[in-house]
Amino acid sequence: MKKVIIALVMVSLSSLVNAAGGKIHLDEANIDLTDKASLQRGAKLFTNYCLNCHAASFMRYNRMGKDLGISDKLVADNLIFSDDKVGDLMKVAMTTEDGATWFGTPPPDLSVISRAKGAGDVGANWLYTYFRSFYVDESRPFGVNNTVFKDVGMPHVLWELQGMQKLLNAEEVSKGATPEFALVSTGSMTADEYDTAARDLTNFLVYIGEPSKLKRLALGGWVLAFLVFFFFVAYAMKKEYWKDIH
Amino acid sequence: MSMLEKTLGWVDDRFPLTKMWKEHLSEYYAPKNFNFWYFFGSLALMVLVMQILTGIWLTMSYKPDAELAFASVEFIMRDVEWGWLIRYLHSTGASAFFVVVYLHMFRGLMYGSYKKPRELIWLFGMFIYLALMAEAFMGYLLPWGQMSYWGAQVIVSLFGAVPFVGEELAIWIRGDFVIGDATLNRFFAFHVIALPIVLLGLVVAHIIALHEVGSNNPDGVEIKKNKGADGKPVDGIPFHPYYSVKDIVGVIVFLFFFAAVIFFAPELGGWFLEKDNFVPADPLKTPEHIVPLWYFTPFYAILRAVPPIGVSQFPGVVAMGMAIVVLFLLPWLDRSPVKSIRYRGVIYKFFLALFVISFIVLGWLGTQPAGGIYLILSQIFSITYFLFFILMPWYTKIDKTKPVPERVTFK
Repeated sequence: MKKVIIALVMVSLSSLVNAAGGKIHLDEANIDLTDKASLQRGAKLFTNYCLNCHAASFMRYNRMGKDLGISDKLVADNLIFSDDKVGDLMKVAMTTEDGATWFGTPPPDLSVISRAKGAGDVGANWLYTYFRSFYVDESRPFGVNNTVFKDVGMPHVLWELQGMQKLLNAEEVSKGATPEFALVSTGSMTADEYDTAARDLTNFLVYIGEPSKLKRLALGGWVLAFLVFFFFVAYAMKKEYWKDIH
Repeated sequence: MSMLEKTLGWVDDRFPLTKMWKEHLSEYYAPKNFNFWYFFGSLALMVLVMQILTGIWLTMSYKPDAELAFASVEFIMRDVEWGWLIRYLHSTGASAFFVVVYLHMFRGLMYGSYKKPRELIWLFGMFIYLALMAEAFMGYLLPWGQMSYWGAQVIVSLFGAVPFVGEELAIWIRGDFVIGDATLNRFFAFHVIALPIVLLGLVVAHIIALHEVGSNNPDGVEIKKNKGADGKPVDGIPFHPYYSVKDIVGVIVFLFFFAAVIFFAPELGGWFLEKDNFVPADPLKTPEHIVPLWYFTPFYAILRAVPPIGVSQFPGVVAMGMAIVVLFLLPWLDRSPVKSIRYRGVIYKFFLALFVISFIVLGWLGTQPAGGIYLILSQIFSITYFLFFILMPWYTKIDKTKPVPERVTFK
């Protein structure tokens, strides 16, 4: 009997461990969608480094310009590197087939990537950690791997900013520990500057994930306030009608 | 006679407008002791209207085409004026519909609203629930995200478990060997035309049946047994204005919570909009966990709790179907002489509590990976779910009831 109980406890414990496992360590992105300067820097990083392979094909250049406070002319001169018009969607010339051939899997569209990686802050934290977690791994086709996205198919595009780093505790990370990195070659930015750049880019990706988010949040308070006010009016009306019901 | 009265008279000679107004609103006598639980019927009606209106506006920009569907939803979210609000109203409305319908059904269980003479109201209501599940399931495919696609793939393949004709049946439903453009188009047709018509018809039948026999109440007392000299139930009050003004208060409280979700957490942590549905459908890439939306998870847990025979999932499919069918039988399983939980004995209260716990725990288990302790728990709670129904004829008969008062209690 004892053995049966022990076996049952073991089974239930192991399944609980399994359920808890597979968690990847994510850093807090702490982005601020109201920080237009950050979003503008993020837009610059995005159009320079991401928009060559990844599209954001649900997002229009001029909508971005309008929301970020960049004029159509500035957008056209500085952020569009193809012959697209400002009213166009952020598409790329690379076809899905080419992408699949070159990278093994076509680079995904990034319009809603921040929402695909998790609800609430999870998506932002995922992206922020991802940008800072590339490390040297000679066994991979592009010589890099990522602790957030194991065996990722893309190169470390931002290496010239961050430099290249190696993973110090690979063994422990595979068991769920927080990864520790050390630079093997320096980039054009300091560690702090690169963290800020990663945060700006994350901020921008969260913004294009849902361009109406700020409007939604701003309106929400007014709607709730109106409903509270309306509640008192309606409740008073109900009281008035019901006073003769005994 | 004023112009308005003249016009009304003219209409009434040709159409029973005033008569219907009186029958269903101003002279429909509802018990005066309705409590909190009686808000959810009118709320369900309001959510239905909201879903239809927002649905019409979504249809104006949505493209039921496997190549365009996902992008058209994002087009609505970005390029359509107030499109994001319309879309969130609709996606949150789907979940809200199930919240209010589940609470509405629980009210029926608590106060015995399905018992004679209200069996048909319950049956119509159950058919509404069934149509609503089909409506939600088909609507969920339309955004054409990964979870839309694979959720539909899993559910439709369940039909494949039917012996002999299963495979053919699943292909017939999909119109293809896998979920594809043909499936998307037909689900769209069902979601925006066929099922809404069925739903509206059933809702009308539900309300007509209700107004024929009159509403139940928290005491389970038939108010029509106590009529005054004027022939009106002494414990009844006209629905309009008393309950129309009361229901407005309920609507506002509901809208407060509803708006809080829409404006501050439209994904509700992934419960209302799942993260995998922000990835376009990919028939070649199966998501790690395929989980139905929360309102189906209790039944999904029952499905997975039943072990397959060989490779056939059919026993699980049957169990899941039975879990819904038994609800239809409720009016004939309950043999208690009283309706309301207020006058029932301790055994019924115990079994009702067990049922509610089973339903909620199964709902949670349906979101977890199957296997290990989760499987054992699913099996235990599937059994307790069914025990509520199977043992009902017995325990409702032997349960000690309290005397039901002549009049409703109202303070």
